[in-house]
Amino acid sequence: MIPFLYGAGLFLLINMVLVFIRAVQGPTVIDRLLSINVIGTKCINLIVIAGLIFSRLDMFVDIAIGYGLLNYIAAVCTAKFYQHNKTLSPDSGASS
Amino acid sequence: MTLIAIILIILGLFFFFGTSIGILRLPDFYSRAHAAGKADTLSTILIILGCALYYLDYSHYDLASFNVAFKLFVIIAFVFIGSPTATHAIMDAASSAGVEHWSKDKDKS
Repeated sequence: MIPFLYGAGLFLLINMVLVFIRAVQGPTVIDRLLSINVIGTKCINLIVIAGLIFSRLDMFVDIAIGYGLLNYIAAVCTAKFYQHNKTLSPDSGASS
Repeated sequence: MTLIAIILIILGLFFFFGTSIGILRLPDFYSRAHAAGKADTLSTILIILGCALYYLDYSHYDLASFNVAFKLFVIIAFVFIGSPTATHAIMDAASSAGVEHWSKDKDKS
């Protein structure tokens, strides 16, 4: 079972890199925010799978809860910022 | 029980692969946010449910592992509520900041 978990964690990492490509080339800032949010949610799964691999899930599950809360708050607050600040692509310059 | 956990985790990984493909290939921000919000939550639920079942079976259902499994279900409940809410907030910010909708005839560069 443990090698399967290693494979699952590796697959998660590969998909995170795929999503990160969208973060790098995303035309607007909101695209980057969305992909970072997806990567953050995936990081929760990675922490739980790592907890299982090291067979210390009781410690890792608290880290995963903390990380999930922080990721959620960061996404919502950043989204709230971009509601008023109309500059979406960095080169457009003037912010209202 | 371990077999059920493996099947759940494989399903979760499959949906997450769908998410990353959806985010990369879909033409418009709103369709990407649609892909990211839904499949992301579903794959998280499946993967963490599989891990919880495996952990319960691994530690032979003693009281401590029920405590940890309950915390895992707390994560599932939070992601089930929080991830779509965050995606909705991002989409609301995008629509109010004026991200234009994709349309078939407008061939975007």
